Amino acid sequence: MKLRQGTFSFLPDLTDAEIHTQVQYCIDNGWAVSVEYTDDPHPRNTYWEMWGHPMFDNPDAAAVVFEVNECRKQFGDYYIRVIAFDSSHGWESIKLSFIVNRPKEEPGFHVSREEVKGRSMRYSIKSYATDKPEGRRY
Amino acid sequence: MPDGSEKLTGKARYSAGVLEYKKMGYWEPDYEPKDTDIISLFRITPQDGVDPIEAAAAVAGESSTATWTVVWTDRLTACEKYRAKAYRVDPVPNSPGQYFAYIAYDLDLFEPGSIANLTASIIGNVFGFKPLKALRLEDMRLPVAYIKTYNGPATGIVVERERLNCFGRPLLGATVKPKLGLSGRNYGRVVYEALKGGLDFTKDDENINSQPFMHWRDRFLYCMEAVNRASAATGEVKGTYLNVTAGTMEEMYKRAEFAKDLGSVIIMIDLVIGYTAIQSMANWARDNDMILHLHRAGHSTYTRQRTHGVSFRVIAKWMRLAGVDHIHAGTVVGKLEGDPATTKGFYDIMREEYNPQSLETGIFFDQHWASLNKMMPVASGGIHAGQMHQLIHYLGEDVVLQFGGGTIGHPQGIQAGAEANRVALEAMIFARNAGDDYLQNGPEILARAAKNCTPLKQALDVWKGVTFNYESTDAPDFVVTPTTS
Repeated sequence: MKLRQGTFSFLPDLTDAEIHTQVQYCIDNGWAVSVEYTDDPHPRNTYWEMWGHPMFDNPDAAAVVFEVNECRKQFGDYYIRVIAFDSSHGWESIKLSFIVNRPKEEPGFHVSREEVKGRSMRYSIKSYATDKPEGRRY
Repeated sequence: MPDGSEKLTGKARYSAGVLEYKKMGYWEPDYEPKDTDIISLFRITPQDGVDPIEAAAAVAGESSTATWTVVWTDRLTACEKYRAKAYRVDPVPNSPGQYFAYIAYDLDLFEPGSIANLTASIIGNVFGFKPLKALRLEDMRLPVAYIKTYNGPATGIVVERERLNCFGRPLLGATVKPKLGLSGRNYGRVVYEALKGGLDFTKDDENINSQPFMHWRDRFLYCMEAVNRASAATGEVKGTYLNVTAGTMEEMYKRAEFAKDLGSVIIMIDLVIGYTAIQSMANWARDNDMILHLHRAGHSTYTRQRTHGVSFRVIAKWMRLAGVDHIHAGTVVGKLEGDPATTKGFYDIMREEYNPQSLETGIFFDQHWASLNKMMPVASGGIHAGQMHQLIHYLGEDVVLQFGGGTIGHPQGIQAGAEANRVALEAMIFARNAGDDYLQNGPEILARAAKNCTPLKQALDVWKGVTFNYESTDAPDFVVTPTTS
């Protein structure tokens, strides 16, 4: 299973040079770029761990690529994503988010069903990896 | 010098009998609209021999306080204030016999927060008026004071993206086909395949409600099974627009509650349920963290013809007030009506915080939106992966691109169709961000992406060169004059 979150998860994994082009686009738009990582890829896990603060006032995409590689050294078997924040009024949220690193194996998720009244169902989506404690999942 | 259209006052104005509207105070060429006035722009086509100013005054009169004859009871009211005032009449460029009439309405003429009340005034009575051959409401200027009486879209573009965890690219959808006849079980199969293949949304069509071949509860149950399975297969948040349109409000609430209980992120309604029902469902959506999709079923009966009806840009403004999150707004390149400039005007009304006057896209007034949430436009009808560069160029990033036939009609099946669309989209966004001239190089960008994606290659082969080039029936009256530099 390949985690399909983020803007480019249906393309082949991005090279550092390709990451650079996308980060430069964000910087040119005035967005602050940030690196985040997690070993809990649940679709509604909003808060991945921050690899430092968003890089406000950074004019150089190479600095972000450098941080991605630093993060990879420590969390090479985690999911790592690059996120760009737009602080303009009326948006004030994320403008681009894409995955730049994945665990070697991605076991994915299973659906658990609880049959409730009538034919209704309560669904729950669980990552196989998160049965284990944080840090020992991949 | 008197020209016969001067306003009468006092005894001359209120003697029993019939007066021309322009003499009754509905034509005031010197009037300066107040910031709090609602302004309507009508395209009027008077009957032969009817003075356009009298026609404009009549529209002002019949959409506010007037009746066909003088009534003394006017004098019990602050009638000067309540009269709508036609204050400007211009000939329409290149359209003999047609005029643009600007009419200002005092804020006190309207109940706060009621589209039904607004429309009962503005389009309630005047469209069948005999002295006019045809009448079209082209645009409205809504004052901030009036906008603030509405809650606006329940979710809005930004929060929708945050909830779906989807940024930086258009959302992808598909309408389940065939739109009638599938059983609930078979219907859910289409949903599962399309979402697993890479779409964010699937959609009920406008006329899928609860028919003999598929009861609505069956559809909801099977669809949500499909949504959850696809979500697990991809790790993404997925949705399917469950159409809750029904014969009564009670039934719609019941269906919406069931959709919520099953964990759906989105429900849908049709425009034909009416403005009041739409506002009620928007309130429900706001109370229940639900995205609300509106299918503009029926709109072409009054939006399409250039001389008579209501422009879709006005419907879009009303719907932003009424509070829907998604609204179909044209594709430019697909099978349904829409020239590029007019469609851009619609999209700007939905997505911007402020619309400056822009005659070349059909926007006649500066319009502040007072931080009302933005609506996500939906492009649906006859589009396919091979047009991705054009779609992004014309429609931008905050849009749902719906490929129904372009997903389900793929030669290798629905999943392959969905994957082709998603790969084409991501490749095009990547190229755009990387600084490529993607509109010019679109076909090569797609061909390159297809090297890693057989389904995309097949899609490009099958639908190569499918276009719908017909002349639009509704285009702006003003064109940009190229300047020499």
